[in-house]
Amino acid sequence: MEPSISIKNLSLSFGNLDVLKDLNLDVGQGEFLVLLGSSGCGKSTLLNCIAGLLDVTGGQIFIGGRNVTWEEPSQRGIGMVFQSYALYPQMTVAGNLSFGLKNAGLPKAEIKERVDRAAKVLQIEPLLNRKPAALSGGQRQRAAIGRALVRDADVFLFDEPLSNLDAKLRADLRVEIKQLHQKLSNTMIYVTHDQIEAMTLADRIAIMRGGQILQLASPNEIYNRPASKYVAEFIGSPTMNFFDGHLEETGGTYRFTSGGKTFSIDGYAFQDGPPAAGPAWFGIRPEHMVSGAEVETAPVRFDGHVELVEPLGSDTLVRLTIGDRTLWVRMDGQATIRHGDAISVGFDPTRANLFDKTTESRL
Amino acid sequence: MTKAPHLLKGSMTYDTAMETGPDRALRHGDGTSSGNRMVEGPAGRKPRKVLSRRNILIYGTLIVVCLYYLLPLYVMIVTSLKGMPEIRLGNIFSPPVEITFQPWVKAWAEACTGLNCDGLSRGFFNSVRILIPSVILSIVIASVNGYALANWRFKGSETFFTILIVGAFIPYQVMIYPIVIMLREIGLYGSLTGLVIVHTIFGMPILTLLFRNYFASVPQELFKAARVDGAGFWAIYFQIMVPMSLPIFVVAMILQVTGIWNDFLFGVIYTKPDLYPMTVQLNNIVNSTQGVKEYNVNMAATILTGLVPLTIYFISGKLFVRGIAAGAVKG
Repeated sequence: MEPSISIKNLSLSFGNLDVLKDLNLDVGQGEFLVLLGSSGCGKSTLLNCIAGLLDVTGGQIFIGGRNVTWEEPSQRGIGMVFQSYALYPQMTVAGNLSFGLKNAGLPKAEIKERVDRAAKVLQIEPLLNRKPAALSGGQRQRAAIGRALVRDADVFLFDEPLSNLDAKLRADLRVEIKQLHQKLSNTMIYVTHDQIEAMTLADRIAIMRGGQILQLASPNEIYNRPASKYVAEFIGSPTMNFFDGHLEETGGTYRFTSGGKTFSIDGYAFQDGPPAAGPAWFGIRPEHMVSGAEVETAPVRFDGHVELVEPLGSDTLVRLTIGDRTLWVRMDGQATIRHGDAISVGFDPTRANLFDKTTESRL
Repeated sequence: MTKAPHLLKGSMTYDTAMETGPDRALRHGDGTSSGNRMVEGPAGRKPRKVLSRRNILIYGTLIVVCLYYLLPLYVMIVTSLKGMPEIRLGNIFSPPVEITFQPWVKAWAEACTGLNCDGLSRGFFNSVRILIPSVILSIVIASVNGYALANWRFKGSETFFTILIVGAFIPYQVMIYPIVIMLREIGLYGSLTGLVIVHTIFGMPILTLLFRNYFASVPQELFKAARVDGAGFWAIYFQIMVPMSLPIFVVAMILQVTGIWNDFLFGVIYTKPDLYPMTVQLNNIVNSTQGVKEYNVNMAATILTGLVPLTIYFISGKLFVRGIAAGAVKG
């Protein structure tokens, strides 16, 4: 099927600074793509390029099969939602929703019909005659989504739309956006630095760094099989535990040595067939560490001291010191662990992630 | 002064709370007397003395400064209401014994400057004819300038802006004669149109800076949203930016009205006696060397001239402060 958005060799530089470097990306029809990365990775810049708010230095952008590289934002068939809502303060909600349609020269009756329809979908009908100043944060963001909705666009672009909201409201609106996507089945591109938003909303996540896409895959794939050490560190909280060590091979079976401890990593699925032995990173997520009775059956075991306990209610995060390194372990929320306790933890190496020491890409 | 009731109320509630403490505890169904009862010692709002040293210092200073500014105005008003014989007694602070409005009438309609003997009224209407087009023209151009510089970064926009700002620092005197030649060449020297153009040009740097800074403080995302909504240069300007910028337009208007109204130099250079603005004419009345110095007429004429900026300040004082705060700090 023809991709909804297709970006070919896109690059953008401000003077000597390359913000986007030869970027390629295809987004399928009706797909929910999340651009995820830390500040300054170029994710918002990429979104602004797709929207046409920034002129690209090189490459092409196709939306719905049409080359829109040189087109004005309003002609690209997009709707956009901004972090600061960007509602026109002097207009009512209805005025905000209809502003773009009036500019497009639509007849009055159709404008009214579209505004009413969008208001109904977003349940903001009672707010239509209010000014943005008289709305709460959640209502404002709903009105801003409505402004994108009335445009009947094929593509929705979200630029960190929930970052200005408090935690509770953010979770609520996240669900609403997901439901909206299921109802409308438009293509959506969503920029965020919040990994929970990315994991919950996305069909696919593009992890960006330094103007390039490091990995483009489903949330599940990104979580379980991160393509590089950076991605592995970025996704997951607390972050993945890493062991700096050596990968050794004897007769087809692989072992990992780190800090005087050697363990078999039988059963680990290598990315591109069996690799050569050499220095490597071994990573295991805190939630894949086991403790208590399960340790007995775990292939690899460690003994350590509890350095810090963070009870979250549902889970308890425990930081252990083992020798000269620290490990995070996610335990049951009811665990009665205290600072200074000596405990054993273990893990199954098949759930681990191995990265090459020099290239930091997945082994 | 406003602190007094609080002081009283505060101490009252404190006392009653102490007295009725156990009662209240009972009413709440709390049998133990320790329940809500307050412990001895300070509670609630801290009482403040009205005549503290701090207040005396602040209000004392304010009163002295007020008097300092208001005294000259008082002298002007009383003098303008006296007749000449009374003024000659020499007591400038005494209120008029016999109030007369004759000096005001004379200042407005009869005082002579050169060949014209129709008072300040001629200058007033000249000033109005200079003021209105200059203010409108300069604000319209400067606001579009500021908007373009803040939101539509074009190649060389920074350089252009720098040049404009540097223009604000060049002394007026340097440009007086070149402008005389330029106006003469285009045939506008000595006309009101010429003066309007001069005022518009000289208002440009500071007004552009003012508008640019204000528009730059408007969130960029608003501008982006309008572009996605299909609004162009003028649609964004008129429908998004201008309605949001009332305070800065008021500031610009006040700056221009007072600046142009009070202008003397350009008025005297670029116009001719028939078209002199009010300030120039005031000067000619006050400084005329023939005959007796009519202090009362001079005072009345001065107050009349100052009335326009004064009125503008009174009407728009609040907006002015808000706009200055919004436009000047950011950017």
